Amino acid sequence: MLDAIEAFLGVPAPLLFGQLLLGLINGAFYAMLSLGLAVIFGLLNIINFTHGAQFMMGAFAAWMLLAWAGLGYWWALLLSPIIVGFTGIILEKLFISRLYKLDHLYGLLLTLGLGLIIEGVFRNEFGSSGLPYRIPAELSGAWDLGFMFMPIYRGWVVVAALFFCIATWLIIEKTRLGAYLRAATERAELVQAFGINVPRMITLTYGAGVALAAVAGVLAAPIYSVNPQMGSNLIIVVFAVVVIGGMGSILGSIVTGFGLGIVEGLTKVYYPEASATVIFVIMAIVLLARPAGLFGRA
Amino acid sequence: MSLSRRSALLTGAALGIAPLSRAGAQANTIRIGVLNDMSGPYRDISGPYGVACAKQAVAEFGAQGFNVEVINADHQNKPDVGAGLARQWYDQGVDMILDVPTSSVGLAVAQVAKEKNKAYINTGSATSDLTGSACQATTVHWMYDTYMLAKSTGSAMVKAGGDSWFFLTADYAFGHALERDTAAFVRAAGGEVKGQVRYPFPSTTDFSSFLVQAQASRAKVIGMANAGADTINTIKQAAEFGITRRGVKLAALLMFLADVHALGLQTAQGLVLTESFYWDLNDRTRAVTRRLLPHLSGAYPNMASIANYSATLHFLKAVKDMGVAAAKASGTELVNRMKAIPCDDDAFGAGSIRADGRKLCPSYLFEVKSPAESKGPYDYYKLLGTTPAGEAFRPLNEGNCALVRS
Repeated sequence: MLDAIEAFLGVPAPLLFGQLLLGLINGAFYAMLSLGLAVIFGLLNIINFTHGAQFMMGAFAAWMLLAWAGLGYWWALLLSPIIVGFTGIILEKLFISRLYKLDHLYGLLLTLGLGLIIEGVFRNEFGSSGLPYRIPAELSGAWDLGFMFMPIYRGWVVVAALFFCIATWLIIEKTRLGAYLRAATERAELVQAFGINVPRMITLTYGAGVALAAVAGVLAAPIYSVNPQMGSNLIIVVFAVVVIGGMGSILGSIVTGFGLGIVEGLTKVYYPEASATVIFVIMAIVLLARPAGLFGRA
Repeated sequence: MSLSRRSALLTGAALGIAPLSRAGAQANTIRIGVLNDMSGPYRDISGPYGVACAKQAVAEFGAQGFNVEVINADHQNKPDVGAGLARQWYDQGVDMILDVPTSSVGLAVAQVAKEKNKAYINTGSATSDLTGSACQATTVHWMYDTYMLAKSTGSAMVKAGGDSWFFLTADYAFGHALERDTAAFVRAAGGEVKGQVRYPFPSTTDFSSFLVQAQASRAKVIGMANAGADTINTIKQAAEFGITRRGVKLAALLMFLADVHALGLQTAQGLVLTESFYWDLNDRTRAVTRRLLPHLSGAYPNMASIANYSATLHFLKAVKDMGVAAAKASGTELVNRMKAIPCDDDAFGAGSIRADGRKLCPSYLFEVKSPAESKGPYDYYKLLGTTPAGEAFRPLNEGNCALVRS
């Protein structure tokens, strides 16, 4: 049976299963990052190009907490999103809030510029080769699955990412707070007339979206080297994920995040040279067939 | 009318004088342009440190009857950006371009230097094609190349029992050259190449898929034909996936002291690698490191950054030897003079430059120390072996360099 599958697939089956699993893990990062972007775009109508830098800040905050304050991974998972989310709130108050009335393009330029500045500051301070961050002792080691060696930490990343994605989706779709948020997206004035402080809600939403990026950053710190360009490598792919899923669609960003991680994983087996481009090819096809994205409403 | 004519003449005279005096100063100023990665994955290998090393060489060379100016720019690892900057610099009177990591950029700039007949000393790119099929009369390639790395690290790994290889290769000129040169040594030593994966550069951060593929090939050695942050991520993830614990060896085909520093000894210990400089080799290397350290904000020099020091010193010696006017007139003649006079400095010791532009120096095989063995800051390497300058690089007649055949 296995032989038949192998003959059909052209690669050994264990190798393929391994790649599917790894694709799922990378997809977890895509899903978490694109989720934050979707939340921010959905409510603020801002295409947040600072997201990659904020992901990186999350990882650096984890490193700083450990190196300067002696606080380990679990504390970082709690504190880093709060710290980075707070810097996001400051950015929103100082700069981004001034652009809501203008065209998308201004928000894009502003957040892109802010992202580049933040990255430059970190690069000047910490260099480009990165800082070491160890996997927490509770999650180190690996399971032998037979077809591959599965590090426990990577399994944890998938579980954690799924938890945050589902929690965010539930908050937005199933709670009263989420109902306010969705209502404010449609008719801000009307919601305000009911006595709800919409500007503050918008500020906090931006902070929450940024905090999601920081959580992803903390999750990524033990896997990749903590370096200033770790976000810029990822963010372009994540934007493609958001476009494919449909701008602003929460469910769309989660499903396409995981799905494209798997597609990318398969490309790495069959034609590794194209693994960086395959997502953009899919984006082009989706945009031709469904300009609003797979889950978007035109 | 006459008034306006007079004022026009005066203005013309004033305008004429300014460029003349500036030209006078320029005629006696040698300009060195350090072109490297100031913001990407290779920044910490040379970047700002490489610039500081070139400036230190200028300071040590001292006043010799002409001025020396060092400028620098970021080529962002893009061949078009690098070639554009090089063209602009040479047109604006830069006499020599230095450093240029990332082989694709390094090869592009070599072409520009040849067109403009200007000197070009590459200390950053690894591809052995710079002194092989792509060699130019205006190019000098300093302290390393893919052949030298392959011969030293590759042969040592095969000798230690690693007779089957799988390559993890950065998909551009450098990775291809390093894979090609190493595979040749592996085969020559009786080893076997089981396969390779070429991953997109510089957009890959996750190497786990490729590592799992390498493991599935059942090769004894995974040859990392990459550098900088890529190598660091590969090693980290190989440890995470238990690849090294299962007896597969990682061959760090190109690794610098800065990479070992970033990884930490806990992860990097036991890796075998090749450099042509280490600060703790002998009294001369320790002395030059002491002089450089105040300018490097704490980072110790590696072979790439300090090559800028060594190359700048030798270049200035050649300029002094032939005179500034002659040096400015022809990059080919300037490089010929560099080839004619012997090199000697504290970083690489005595050496010479071959007809194909290859600077000869010994290569050293190191093993990374364990945390327990390391006694102080940057005490990272144990010397395993030395290949003398005459044997470290590809024999002159095997490179297919047109300068040699003629």
